[in-house]
Amino acid sequence: MSLELRDIHKTFGHVRANDGVSLSIEAGTLHGLLGENGAGKSTLMKILSGFISADSGEVVLDGTRLELSSPRDGVHAGVGMLHQDPLVFLPFTVLDNFLLGSPGGPRVDRRAGARALRETADRFGFTFDPNAPARSLTVGERQQLEITRLLWLGARVLILDEPTTGISATQRTTLFEVLRTLADEGMIVIFVSHKLEEVEEICERVTVMRRGVVVGEAEMPCPTERLVEMMFGRVFTESELTPSPLGEPVLELDRATLRERTITTSELSLGVREGEVVGLAGLEGSGQRTLLRAAAGLLRPVSGRLRVGGRDLTGRGYREFLEAGVHYLPAGRLEEGLVSGLTVAEHFLLAGGATEFFLDSAEARRQAETKIDDYSIVGTPDSTAESLSGGNQQRLLLAMMPPAIRLLLLEHPTRGLDIESADWVWTRLVERRDEGAAIVFASADLDELLRYSDRILVFFSGEVLKILDARETSGEELGHLIGGKELV
Amino acid sequence: MEATLASIVAAASPLVYAAIGETITEKAGVVNLSLEGTLRLSAMTGFAISYVTGSVLLGFLAAAGVGMLIASIVAFASIELRLNQIAVGFVLTLLAIELSSFLGNPYVGQQGPGVPSMPIPLLSDIPFLGKVLFDHNLSVYGSYLVIVGAYLFIFKTRRGLDMQGVGERPEAAFARGIPVNRLRYLYTMVGGALAGIGGAAFSLDVQLGWREGLTAKNYGWIALAIVIFGGWNPIRAAFGAYLFGVLQTVALKLQPVFPGLSQILPLLPFALMIFALVLVYLRLFRDLADRHPLLRRLLSADPPSGLGTAFHRE
Amino acid sequence: MSGRGWAARTAGIAVPVVLAFVVAVVLLQLAGAPPLEALGLLWDGSVGSAAKVSDTLAAWVPLTLAAAGLVVTFAAGLWNIGVEGQIVAGAIFATWVAREVSGPATVLIPLMLLAGVLGGVLWALLAGILKTRGGVNEIFGGLGLDFVASGLAIYLIIGPWKRAGIASTSGTDLFRSEAWLPTVGVAQVPAIAIGLTVAAVILVYLLMRGTRFGLRLKAVGKNARSAHLMGIPTERYTLAAFALCGGLAGLAGAVQVSGVFHKLVPSVSGGYGFLGILVVLLAGFRAAWIAPIALFFAAVAVGSTQLSLRLDLDSSLGGVLQGVLVLLVILAGGWQARRARRARAGPSSSEEP
Repeated sequence: MSLELRDIHKTFGHVRANDGVSLSIEAGTLHGLLGENGAGKSTLMKILSGFISADSGEVVLDGTRLELSSPRDGVHAGVGMLHQDPLVFLPFTVLDNFLLGSPGGPRVDRRAGARALRETADRFGFTFDPNAPARSLTVGERQQLEITRLLWLGARVLILDEPTTGISATQRTTLFEVLRTLADEGMIVIFVSHKLEEVEEICERVTVMRRGVVVGEAEMPCPTERLVEMMFGRVFTESELTPSPLGEPVLELDRATLRERTITTSELSLGVREGEVVGLAGLEGSGQRTLLRAAAGLLRPVSGRLRVGGRDLTGRGYREFLEAGVHYLPAGRLEEGLVSGLTVAEHFLLAGGATEFFLDSAEARRQAETKIDDYSIVGTPDSTAESLSGGNQQRLLLAMMPPAIRLLLLEHPTRGLDIESADWVWTRLVERRDEGAAIVFASADLDELLRYSDRILVFFSGEVLKILDARETSGEELGHLIGGKELV
Repeated sequence: MEATLASIVAAASPLVYAAIGETITEKAGVVNLSLEGTLRLSAMTGFAISYVTGSVLLGFLAAAGVGMLIASIVAFASIELRLNQIAVGFVLTLLAIELSSFLGNPYVGQQGPGVPSMPIPLLSDIPFLGKVLFDHNLSVYGSYLVIVGAYLFIFKTRRGLDMQGVGERPEAAFARGIPVNRLRYLYTMVGGALAGIGGAAFSLDVQLGWREGLTAKNYGWIALAIVIFGGWNPIRAAFGAYLFGVLQTVALKLQPVFPGLSQILPLLPFALMIFALVLVYLRLFRDLADRHPLLRRLLSADPPSGLGTAFHRE
Repeated sequence: MSGRGWAARTAGIAVPVVLAFVVAVVLLQLAGAPPLEALGLLWDGSVGSAAKVSDTLAAWVPLTLAAAGLVVTFAAGLWNIGVEGQIVAGAIFATWVAREVSGPATVLIPLMLLAGVLGGVLWALLAGILKTRGGVNEIFGGLGLDFVASGLAIYLIIGPWKRAGIASTSGTDLFRSEAWLPTVGVAQVPAIAIGLTVAAVILVYLLMRGTRFGLRLKAVGKNARSAHLMGIPTERYTLAAFALCGGLAGLAGAVQVSGVFHKLVPSVSGGYGFLGILVVLLAGFRAAWIAPIALFFAAVAVGSTQLSLRLDLDSSLGGVLQGVLVLLVILAGGWQARRARRARAGPSSSEEP
C-alpha cells in the first residue's frame, strides 16, 4: 500500500499555502513532514484528511484515487488525523468520546464500546477510565484516546500534527514507541513537526516544506545541517543573548497559595528581580497560567502575600496592578488580547492609557501609523485585528504595551509564529528586560525556555515541582520534570 | 385533587412539546429564539385550518408545518448566511406574532373543533394515576411520547450522541465525518415542528379557539427559559413544564383569596419561572455544583459549548 | 468606496423594501382587502392631516428614544429585552410625581420627566446587576423584569391608584392639566418631546462616535475579556450602558404618560421597546439611521390603525410590514456578506457539509 499526493494546490486569498506539492509514502513507514510554522504542512494534511478541499491535484491511496471533499471521505478511506490540540468533547465521558461518530446500529451499545476501548487500548498499554469526563485528561492522554479511537475505526494512514507540544517526556517516549509499532504493523504514519530533533529521532524519511512548496526529501539518518538548510534556505543565526544585571525585586510571592478551579498551587515563595527572565514550564493546565494571572492581579491568592515593586498588592484590583507597572499578555491573541472588529488605530486609542473624553481621529491615525512603522506591523490603521496574521497580531500586542513596564507576564509569546517572527518578538522583549523589566513567561517550547530564561519553574499538577537554573539544566531533565518525574 | 393534577398535566402539554422541541434544537447548537412567535402563529394556524377543514389532524399538521418553516428560516440565516441567531429569532418572533394577529382576525372568537377525549381503556381505571395520566387525549399522550422519545434518542442512540457532538464542538464532530450543518438544519426543523404541535395543542385542546393576544401568550418565552432551567435535558425540561403548570394552578387558586391581585396573579408564574433561572445561574449555586459532582449532575446548567455559533470550515 | 459597493448597498435596501411591499400586497389580497385602498389608508392615516402627522410624531418620540438607548446597549453587546419594562418603570415614576407633587407646569413637567429617567435607570440597573452579579442572561432577566413591571403597573392601576369609584384597567384618573406635556399649535405637536428626542439621538451619536467612552463600550461589547485586560472596567461599563438605555427608555415612559395618555395605562409601553430593537437592527446599529427609520415605522404603526377602523383589517398589518422589512433587510445583508466571502475565497471555496 502506498500513499501519493500529486501536485496539490491550495490558495487562501493571496496566500499560496500549497503550491504544487507532491508526496509519496510507502506502507510501514514513519514519514516526517518538516517545516517552519506557516510552511504549509498543516494545510496539506488537512487536505489529506478531507477537512478542506484542494484547489487542484489528487490523492491516491493504494492505487485508488480518493474523493476527499469532507472528513467523512477521509474517515471512510481510513485516513485519521490527530490534531495538535486533540478535538475531544470536553464535558462528555471518555467512552462517549470514543464512540461518537463511529458506525453501528441505532442503539449505542456502551458495554460493547467499553470493551472495545479496553481491548484496543491494551495493545499499547494505554489505560482509560471510560466514565471520566474527557476534560480531566491531560493533552497526552487525549492524544492516546484519539489514537485508540482512530485505530479502532480502522485507520490505515495516521497523521500526527505537532503531537509533542504540551506532553511530558514519558508520554513522548510512549508515543514514539506506539508510532514505531504501528509503522511496523504496516500503517502509514505521517509525523508533522517543526522540531528537527524529534523528526531526526523517529522518522525514516523526511519531506521538508518551505513557503508552500516541497524543498527536498531525505532518507534518515541525514546530516542536520542539510535539513536546516532545506527548512530555512539559508543559515539562520538567532540573535545573541547577553545576560543582564539583576536589580531590585519586582515580584515577590510570600507563601502564596493560589487556586483556580481544580488547580491549587500551595505556599509558593518566589522572588523575581529587575532584569530577570523566569520561565514557567509544565503541561497545559499545570498551574503556569494561574501564577501568571495571580501576578497580573486577575486572581486573588487564597492566602499568603503578593508584592509588586515592594508594594503589597495582595487582593487588590487589576487596575492597581496596571498602575504598578504590570503588563499581562495572554496566549489567545484574538480571544483575550485583541478585539475582533476594532481597527489597529482603535486598539492604540484604547491601550494608550490616555483619558481624554473626546477622540481626535486624525491624531489617532498619526499615532497608529507611527507605531505601525516602529513595530513593522503589516497592516494599516484601519485594518481590523482579525485581518492581521498571527505574527502581526503579536506585533500589535507588543506595540500596545505601555512604555514603562516593571513586570511583563507572557503566556506562550511565540506560539504559532515562524522563527523569524519569534526571534523578533524576543528581541523586543529583551529590550524591555535591558530597560529593567522583569519577565515571567510560560511556554511549551523547551528550547525557548532554555534559551531565554535565567531560572525555570517546573509545574506539575498545580505545584511547583522544582526551580531550575536554566544554564545548568537540559532539555532531557526538563522533559522529565514536566511529566512529574525526576531524571534518574 | 386528581382533577387538578390531571388538568395540570393537560395544560402543560403544549409547553412540553415546545420546551422539548427547543431542547433538541439547542442541543444541536442552534438557538431558535422565535418560539414565542412560532407558538402563537402555529396556534392560530392549527385552529384556522381545523376550523376551515373540520379536521383536527390537518390543523396539527399545518401547525407543525408552520413551526418547521419558521425554524428553517432561523437555520438558513444562521448556517448559510452566518447571521446572528438571536437577531433573526427575535425579528421572526415579532413578525410571527403580528402575522398571527393579522391572519387570525377572521377566526377570533369562533367555535372550532377540539381534540376528542380518549381515555386509555385499562390504564385509566388505575386509582389516582389513571385519572391523572391516562384520561386525556392523543395530544396529551403525544406529549408523554415526546418526553420519552427525546430522552431515548439523545442519550441512548448513536444519532443522538452524534447530535450532542454537533452542538458541543462542531469542528470535532465534523472531523469525525458527521455532516454538521445538515444535521443542524434537521434538528432545528424537528424542534420547530414540535413547537408547532405545541401551538396547536394550545388552540385545539388546552384553550379552544383563537383569541388574539391571549392565546398562548408568553408561553414561548417560558419554553425558552424552561430549556435552560432543564439543563438541556428533556426530562428536566418536562419537569420544568409541569412545575410551571403547578405555579399557574396555584395562582389560579389564590385568586379568590386575594381578589385585589386578580390581574397580577396570572403574571406571577411567568415572572417566577424566569427568576428560577436566577437560581440556576447564580454564581453561588454554580460554585456549589463545581465542588460536588452529584450536585452538579442535578443542577448542571452548562449549555452545549457550540450553542449559537455558526460552523464553517475555514 | 467603490461604485460597486455603493450600488450593492442601495440594492441591499431597495430590494427588501420592494419585496416587503409585495408581501404586503399579497397579505392584503389574502385578507380580501383592496390593496391600493389599504395602502392609501396607511398613507392618509399617518401623514394625511396635521392631526395625523402629530400622532405620527407622538409615536416617533418613544420609539426613537428607546432605539437610541438600545444603540448603546447593543454596542455593549447586550440584548436589552428589558427595555419595555424600563419604559413602564419610567411611566410609573412619572405618574407618582404627577399625583403626589403639586406645582405649576414649569416645575411639574421637568420633575416628571426626571422621575421617568430615574425610574428607567433603576429598572435597567436591576437587569444589569442580575447580569453582572448573578450571571443571568439579560434576555431572560429583562423578560422577567418586563413581566414584573407590567404587573406592578396593573396593580397600581386597579389598586392604590385606581380611578375614583370603579377600578378599571383602562387606567388611572387623568392627570391634572399642569401635568400634561404642553403641545404646540392646533395640531398639538408635541414639540418638547420632539426636542428631547432629537437631543437624545445627537447625544448617542456623538457618544458612540467621538468619545473614549463609546470606543471602550464597543470594546466591551465585542470582547469583554480583552477589554478587561486593557484596563477597562467592564462591569462598570456594562452597567453604564444599561443605565443610559434605561434612562432614555424611562424618559419615553414619562413622555407617554405626560403627553400621550395623560394617565397611567397598562399598555403604556406600547410595544415601543421591542419595536425599537427592530429599528436598531434595521439601522445596522448605527445611531445616524435610527431617527428616519423610526419615523417610517411610526408612520406605519399610526397609519395601520386606520385599517381596522375602515377596512375591518387587523391593525397588525403595520407590524407585519415592519417585521418583514427588517427580516428581509437582515437576510439581504447576510446574502451580500456571503457573496463577498465567496468572491474573496476564490472559485474553489468549500461547500458546507
